[in-house]
Amino acid sequence: MKALKDLKVGENGVVSEILTNGNIRRRFIDIGLIKGSLVKCVGISPFGNPKAYLIRGAVIAIRKNDCADILVTNEVV
Amino acid sequence: MELKNTEISPQNTIALMGNPNVGKSTVFNALTGMKQHTGNWAGKTVETAIGYFKNNSTTYKMVDLPGTYSLFTHSAEESVARDFLCFEDIDKTVVVCSAGCLERSLILALQCMEIKNNVIICVNLLDEAENLGLKIDLEKLSEILGVKVVGTVARNKKSLSGLIESLNCKENKTDFKIEYPEIIENAIEIIEKSLENFDFNINKRFLSLRILEQNRSFLKNVKLSNGRAIMEIPEINSALLEAWDFLKKEGLYENRISDFIASAVVKKAEKTAGEVISETKSRYSKRTELADKILTHKFLGFFVMLLGLCLVFWITIYGANYLSNGLSFLFSYIEKLLESFLNFLKLPNLIKDIIIDGAFRVTSWVISVMLPPMAIFFPLFTFLEDIGYLPRIAYNLDEPFNRCRSCGKQALTMCMGFGCNAAGVTGCRIIDSKRDRILAIVTNSLVPCNGRFPAIIAIISMFIVTLGGFFGSLLEALVLTLVIMLGVFFTLISTKILSSTLFKGTPSAFTLEMPPYRKPQILKILVRSLLDRTAFVLGRAVTVAIPAGIIIWLFANIKIENLSLLAHISAFLDPFATLLGLDGVILLAFILGLPANEIVIPIIIMGYLSASSLTDLPSLNIMKDIFIQNGWTIKTAINFIIFCLFHWPCSTTLMTIKKETGSLRLACLSALLPTLIGILLCFLINLIF
Repeated sequence: MKALKDLKVGENGVVSEILTNGNIRRRFIDIGLIKGSLVKCVGISPFGNPKAYLIRGAVIAIRKNDCADILVTNEVV
Repeated sequence: MELKNTEISPQNTIALMGNPNVGKSTVFNALTGMKQHTGNWAGKTVETAIGYFKNNSTTYKMVDLPGTYSLFTHSAEESVARDFLCFEDIDKTVVVCSAGCLERSLILALQCMEIKNNVIICVNLLDEAENLGLKIDLEKLSEILGVKVVGTVARNKKSLSGLIESLNCKENKTDFKIEYPEIIENAIEIIEKSLENFDFNINKRFLSLRILEQNRSFLKNVKLSNGRAIMEIPEINSALLEAWDFLKKEGLYENRISDFIASAVVKKAEKTAGEVISETKSRYSKRTELADKILTHKFLGFFVMLLGLCLVFWITIYGANYLSNGLSFLFSYIEKLLESFLNFLKLPNLIKDIIIDGAFRVTSWVISVMLPPMAIFFPLFTFLEDIGYLPRIAYNLDEPFNRCRSCGKQALTMCMGFGCNAAGVTGCRIIDSKRDRILAIVTNSLVPCNGRFPAIIAIISMFIVTLGGFFGSLLEALVLTLVIMLGVFFTLISTKILSSTLFKGTPSAFTLEMPPYRKPQILKILVRSLLDRTAFVLGRAVTVAIPAGIIIWLFANIKIENLSLLAHISAFLDPFATLLGLDGVILLAFILGLPANEIVIPIIIMGYLSASSLTDLPSLNIMKDIFIQNGWTIKTAINFIIFCLFHWPCSTTLMTIKKETGSLRLACLSALLPTLIGILLCFLINLIF
């Protein structure tokens, strides 16, 4: 298990826990990021932060410190 | 079609909902033909736009609500959309979904269906999905959800016929329910029972869910007809406590109820999408993936960004040159016509001079010198918007903004500022947190808007790059790129300073969607931005340049003690302006240019001309001669560019800031900040060189 921010480009993960609180927690849920969602890291910004993730068909950039509290398990494909 | 003043009954009012970036505005425009600007980035519709269209003698009123991901996050835009759905009387609710990411679009659609029983789902961008290898069974989707589903490719107007037909359809009431886990259903039942004796005119099941999760931003607007707030009613309050108690016993605590409900909706969307989509390829198209690899590459990304910027400027400068020459030729011809016409009318000389030397000349300068770069830059800028490049710029530049403790979307609003600072300020609504939004608003005018580019370009080509022709314009573009980088640099610095002094705090978390690259609608861009821009600038020329021309002519010709008023004022400003390496006339022009930056250079020329007696056509060469005669050097030019980049924003922008923040102090701060930077830089340059 690791944090979403630690997914490397090209790696897949399945969300196992969202520990973030506050407004952004609801935002994550609303873009479809819930326990069990499949996420793929598809890119990294030139400065190394944020990274881009493929979430339910949409590419979404999230800063490292914003997704440090989302835990994912590596999916075996 | 002039229908704006017609009363349309709510029977024919249609609300348009959708995630950002699903082509909602394109659907809206295609139907209503209204020129609402659509852009390929999340959150472009910053105000609700209203349009009208006619079909088979029925007139429909269409309300384009802000693009949102959900109805329940506490952002201003989402509240607008949700409250409209809940409290307004509407006949049909069209939820535009993206075929490319149907699962996510369905989340919003399901939320809407919980409120309204008149939802039509419009699956847009079918072409994009097809390219991704996705097949969507629309009939099955309609069957599962029990609502009308139509497929569209909004860029292709013909494909909208299905949607229009479904709007005509009278009977379309649905009885849709999302099945929640049993414990939630039980809790809903407890609350629904307490609502029995009250009428809030809102779907009770929906209302119960919101009470259960205590969605305050929504509930505060729910009142009985006598104005009593819903949570003040004891029966409802005690039902809530009972429901919470029950859920607690089942292991679900209050602070997790909202999640639990939301997750159920997401799961339903996931399940539904899974049943109707057959997927053959990966969702992230190879083309977009490759483009992103290059455009957001560690080194290539920045290289392409700067090269692109440079290219855009070069096209602007090179093209504007030709247009400018043609226009000034045309205007000198018109001037002669006007002069002989006024002679024919036998008007007194004074009036004739006011009209020709004052009003006409300033206006013609604004149009011939300022309009061409704007008319070329704007479509190019719109093109970058249209293909979806701007979010990538924001993505590339996010870390610097992060370091300055501001929201990443500020990079996006900064880019919008290049088009127009007032639009950039309005665009800041996409930033949820108030602190971050204020940071973005206050620093927005540190990048030059479309109205300031032409002045900067003119001065660069007169003084900095004197080389003409192809290479000259290339060099000019490079210099202009440097000027922009200076603006971006100071945006970051000021953000950093403000965020560690006046607006302390941590940047709010955010998610930035990067939509797939889309084929630009070149013809549409050209027509729309050229016509719109030209109309806009011409409008401003008439409303601002004409009065400004008259005022400046009066200033230059009303004499007090043998010296013109202009000379008095500029003599008064001169000592201070000289400290900045400028002169009184330039400073006065910036002050008079408050309504519109386009008129700054024409006013300077008028000011200088009042002393000399030049009456030739406004070409850059002649302008340069006038400037040199009045003591301009390269240093003056550099200081002018700096001051043009950093001074108070135009009055439209200031008023927009006041409106958006509701604070006069912040509007003043937004004027003060760039002015201070400008004064400081000019002063230093003047001191050192």
